[in-house]
Amino acid sequence: MNETAVVIETIIKAVIVLSVTAGMGAFATWIERKVLAFMQRRLGPMHVGPYGVLQLAADGIKLFTKEDIIPQNAVKPIFILAPIIAATTAFTAMAAVPYFPEFTLFGYKITPIVSDINVAVLYVMGVASVGVYGPLLAGMSSSNKWSLLGAARAVVQMLSFEVVSGLSILAPIMMIGSLSLIDINDYQSSGVTSWLIWKQPLAFLLFAMAGFMETNRSPFDTIEFEAEVVSGYATEYSGMRWGLFFVGEYANMITVSVLVSIIFMGGYNPIWFIPGALAMLLKVSFWIFLFLWVRAAWPHIRPDQLMWVCWKVLMPLAVINIVITGFALV
Amino acid sequence: MELKDFNNRNIAPGYIFFEGEKAPENGWQIFKRIVKRSIKGELFVGLWIVFREMIRFDIHTVQYPAEKLEMSPRYRAIHKLLRLFESGNERCIGCGLCEKICISNCIRMDTHVDERSRKVVSEYSINFGRCIFCGYCAEVCPELAIVHGSEYENASEQRAHFGLKEDMLTPLDTFKAKQQQEFPGFGALSDNADEFVKKTPLAY
Repeated sequence: MNETAVVIETIIKAVIVLSVTAGMGAFATWIERKVLAFMQRRLGPMHVGPYGVLQLAADGIKLFTKEDIIPQNAVKPIFILAPIIAATTAFTAMAAVPYFPEFTLFGYKITPIVSDINVAVLYVMGVASVGVYGPLLAGMSSSNKWSLLGAARAVVQMLSFEVVSGLSILAPIMMIGSLSLIDINDYQSSGVTSWLIWKQPLAFLLFAMAGFMETNRSPFDTIEFEAEVVSGYATEYSGMRWGLFFVGEYANMITVSVLVSIIFMGGYNPIWFIPGALAMLLKVSFWIFLFLWVRAAWPHIRPDQLMWVCWKVLMPLAVINIVITGFALV
Repeated sequence: MELKDFNNRNIAPGYIFFEGEKAPENGWQIFKRIVKRSIKGELFVGLWIVFREMIRFDIHTVQYPAEKLEMSPRYRAIHKLLRLFESGNERCIGCGLCEKICISNCIRMDTHVDERSRKVVSEYSINFGRCIFCGYCAEVCPELAIVHGSEYENASEQRAHFGLKEDMLTPLDTFKAKQQQEFPGFGALSDNADEFVKKTPLAY
């Protein structure tokens, strides 16, 4: 009986997380267009709905009804599989991420996390790395040179940033002694001063940069940069298959924002008078805004510069950070 | 004059040359440049500038079908045929100069002599699919009858589409409401044009 309840609860949570993040991802496209437009002194979408809010509905209709083209020489099964991998991994990673503090509903205690596993950080980062198979397979199967270049860049970028993100997050984990995101959150429960960003500023910086690389956002959007590789791995995709890549990218953005907020910025602990859930929402919104802000302001860097900065600058810094943290802990 | 002077000919005095950053020569200089660039905070200046523009909210978008830019009176779009200010008669005397000068051959006119033995224009058409809006017709017109207007929305379903006389001629009610306007300067009547108007010899 109890097991059945747990299964039902998990399914409900999974459905809620999936639908809410997918909806927020779709909404984030509107936010992105608006914010970028305002920063460039434009208005952005204005015609569908008040201030263009319903633009995402119009986009959805367009994506669903567009002709689904599979190129003649493409490897059809892999071509179909690739966007599904990209979207699935993006959403799977959210399973071990807590969003809000515990609350009671109808006398039933609810923890807003699909599954509290004790290796949550490892799990999230592992699943996010699997996500690179989406771009890789898409680029290799679509028999297009730009796609192939995009796929090659995706792999190169993944190899570069994965080392940095893994090593940079090691130092906070050494301090906390747990891989569970809930433990990490509870570690920072005594006010703003206990946030890990103050104790591990370098790790925070490195992890944030790795997050930008992981989500293919500017300034590290080498794998789908229009001026160089048309649309990278997604060049041959159209309609809903392309939409899956798109949703996956925005879901990744949300995951990374939540991760950074939890690991370094105090998670869902209440700040002064702000309740924890609202604090979490504010932090995640700030990070999403930062993604858009940076895209409006900064130029992007070349793939060779990206590898250079990852292997020659960020990785040594991460290692030094770990060594210093280790000495400090001993 | 040497070749150097020719190459410099467009430069105003006081022009400041920027030679560019010196390329680093050894590893230590490369390292110094990296540190300088990392710590300088130029990236944050960029962030501040776009954020400032967002807060200022100085939007330059013109939402076109709802809002339209006001065109300059000298804008050279779809032609207009004007009327005489004094009588309201058509200015065009059917001389055919515009038809002759038109380099894309898009103006045609039909004239006849009416019952008062005056030459009048019965049909006047411009093929806007061919017209390149060079302005020769307006320039050559001795009566300032054909001018360019500011009506720029001339998309059509076919390549050949025509402006007829009744489309371009100032309508009488517009004329009576004194809405027919000319802009001052070349191509318009001068301010003291009335002084040069003489009565016909019979009146002397």
